[in-house]
Amino acid sequence: MIRHLLLSLVVLSAAPFAAAEPVAIYGKSVWTGTNQGMIPDGVVVINDGRIVSVGPASSAAPAGAKEVRAEWVTPGLISAFSTTGLSEVSGVDDTNDAGASGSRFSAALDAADGFNPDATPIAISRLEGFTRLAVAPQARATLFGGQGFLADTTGLTGSIFRERAFAFIVLGETGASLTGGSRPAAWATLRGAFDDVRFFAARYMSHNDGNVLTRMDAQALMPAVKGDQLIVFQARRASDLNAIMDLKEQTPSLRIAILGADEGWRVAERLAELDVPVMVDAFSNLPASFSQLAATAENAKRLSEAGVTVAIVHFDNDGHQARLAAQVAGNAVANGMSFDAAMHALTTAPAEIYGMTGLGVLAPGARADVVAWDGDPLEVTSAPLAVFIDGEDQPMVSRQTKLRDRYRTLDESQLPLAYKH
Amino acid sequence: MQFRTLCLAAVAGLVVAACDAPGKGSGKDAAFVSPADAFPSTYKPYPSQTLLISNATVIDGVGGRIENGSVLIEGGKIASVGTDIAAPEGAVTIDARGKWVTPGIIDNHSHLGAYPSPGVDSTADGNEISGPVTSEVWVEHSVWPQDAGFTRALAGGITSLQILPGSANLFGGRGVTLKNVPARTMQGMKFPEAPYTLKMACGENPKRVYGYGRGSTPGGAPYSRMGNVAGYRDAWIKAADYKKQLEMAKNGGGEPPKRDLELETLAGVLSGDILVHMHCYRADEMAVVMDISREFGYKVTAFHHAVEAYKIADKLAEYGACSSMWADWYGFKMEAYDGIRENIPLVHNAGACAIVHSDSEVGIQRLNQEAAKAWSDGKRVGIDIPMEVAWQWLSINPAKSLGIDGKTGSLEPGKMADVVIWSGDPFSTYSKAEKVYIDGALMFDRNDPANQPVMDFELGQPGEGDRK
Repeated sequence: MIRHLLLSLVVLSAAPFAAAEPVAIYGKSVWTGTNQGMIPDGVVVINDGRIVSVGPASSAAPAGAKEVRAEWVTPGLISAFSTTGLSEVSGVDDTNDAGASGSRFSAALDAADGFNPDATPIAISRLEGFTRLAVAPQARATLFGGQGFLADTTGLTGSIFRERAFAFIVLGETGASLTGGSRPAAWATLRGAFDDVRFFAARYMSHNDGNVLTRMDAQALMPAVKGDQLIVFQARRASDLNAIMDLKEQTPSLRIAILGADEGWRVAERLAELDVPVMVDAFSNLPASFSQLAATAENAKRLSEAGVTVAIVHFDNDGHQARLAAQVAGNAVANGMSFDAAMHALTTAPAEIYGMTGLGVLAPGARADVVAWDGDPLEVTSAPLAVFIDGEDQPMVSRQTKLRDRYRTLDESQLPLAYKH
Repeated sequence: MQFRTLCLAAVAGLVVAACDAPGKGSGKDAAFVSPADAFPSTYKPYPSQTLLISNATVIDGVGGRIENGSVLIEGGKIASVGTDIAAPEGAVTIDARGKWVTPGIIDNHSHLGAYPSPGVDSTADGNEISGPVTSEVWVEHSVWPQDAGFTRALAGGITSLQILPGSANLFGGRGVTLKNVPARTMQGMKFPEAPYTLKMACGENPKRVYGYGRGSTPGGAPYSRMGNVAGYRDAWIKAADYKKQLEMAKNGGGEPPKRDLELETLAGVLSGDILVHMHCYRADEMAVVMDISREFGYKVTAFHHAVEAYKIADKLAEYGACSSMWADWYGFKMEAYDGIRENIPLVHNAGACAIVHSDSEVGIQRLNQEAAKAWSDGKRVGIDIPMEVAWQWLSINPAKSLGIDGKTGSLEPGKMADVVIWSGDPFSTYSKAEKVYIDGALMFDRNDPANQPVMDFELGQPGEGDRK
């Protein structure tokens, strides 16, 4: 209610801005993600879907520009890894397209085929400042989860902006259990699959099945094996991370990133040397499995200080709660990571990992994904006041806000609450 | 207020129960140890010093806030709280300028020790799914005190916590309240004289596990929510009968019934000795459960998860049950579909008892942040609760729900000195618990590795504790 009031005061209109209308977004702190660093009392001017200028509030805004005033202004946050949009209610199978334990296909499974831009977690994530998502399928039948994609959070048709952006492969304990019960089985499966791709022409000349992959899966995995497509490997234990880095050293053309890396700090120097980025959940600080005995709340800090590219994600219930990555990042700061590194971990790092050009920064010419906050974005008490995606002011309404508004008061003296909508 | 009376009555009832335990007085089972005395607590506070913490922002836990405040701890108890407290001779003093002091956080929904780290099949002891009614099991018999989760929770300012069995069953078994002090045995952690609790569950879980067990679990009833309700009522009818037989025997009206662990727990609820903690997401189901409790004459102390409590906050206030909630979990199953970020402040605003709980070895480490989220989300919709009032969601309200609010949960003279010194405003993500005192003893010091517990399981591993 208050949020709406404040907004209407500054925005003057509830209707979304037309893309061609310039908007000046003022912040007492403007975090740019570029070498402009943090601008106290800054302004970001956007027009026609792009950022026009980023500078001190004293710089001239175009005449007639709409104004938004906020405490903080940041680039739109990027959720580096989740299943957002693939399931409406995770526990209700009919609504969950994140993984398929019964499928005979694996690497060919294209998460984009399961994406529903109307899924309620998309608006809910947007309301918390996330403007872009890297979405991956879950690996359920074997260690190849399939193909991930990149999307914005407008919830509109066409919000996927890159299909088959990466291949997702699960190693470690989970990979082992998906391939028969051991890490050797997982690695035999992985090597066999890579061979299937490399010898595709010969192997599938007269057969539909290779040693590991069906013809369709081998075709789908081809760009990844050739180094044309990013592979996201999931692994936690130091020895698993080293095994992945061995693979990278044997095949330098592979483009890889590691998801999880709970024990990453133990191999941080090697990750930095090989330029392998990681996506970590900085909440992981328990020996919750035998693959994370060295988990520590300082993992993100140590990785970042070693020069590793670090993105921060929130894994738990990631089809719905990817939004908590900002809280995770704040906790990484509480555990020693620099604020700047933690902000990069939510913006430029995922942009770099996935090659999202013009995203994750406030810079002239960049795409106008901008969030105006009522406070420090890494504080749990802060929330966005306005979210722009490609310059469009986004509706700050979700199924949750509608439920909230219905039940804000419980007065049924005139009509049941069902009539309040 | 109504609630406080209920809990106090329950505590008083416990003493009575100990005297009137089944078998006693009949002369038949003289060696029989009453349920209240079985597995007694062996917890003893560790040595503490007279300690004066001064110049801090003090949140007293009962709605008050003192700037430049002091807290004096003597003999493991809160001696005084105020602005102008002189250090007694020989007292240790801490100048806590810029820091905050609060009561220790109490999580009334944890599975630590029962579903410990590492989470492997061999250690998964949190749910006795062998039948829909397993009120005969006590989760304390599953608690492994070497769970590293206890230490991480301690680092998050948790000083007491309730361990509950899981939610597969209609009646999941007894819960246990612990002091978060590492010990070799469960008994060494057990909160002295805390009343027992009973875990019950509504909704999807029981009907999924039993009715639709996919052949891997027993199968059979309940298949539906109406089956759930029939299951509760059927059990209460048996329990009422058992209780009646006990009472008749006590009054010289015949032989006591053969001891039955399942019915003993349920009869303990009917006599007010055991507090009901009920997993229930949906508003309509909570309303049905409140009616069942009226039918059989017991009280639900707290609804857990209570994702839809905001829809019936008025009814919950009128009934006098607490709602134990997450700040923002939603969508992971059908009955969590309507979760909203303002649930906790809306419940509080209706005058009902709100509690922030974790149900998670991760969430328990930062319940202060969860409260902060809910508090700020409330503010944005015009529910402006002072932060020091909101802190009640973290300490005194959970203490009430566990029947230990007479002993802990606030910084009031005479209470256990369960105290946290925070590096700054505990509603900021950047603040951390620096020192955690339990019964006045310093059990965690973030700046002193010698004062940070490391569990057996962690020793000799590549990571010993959180920060090695």
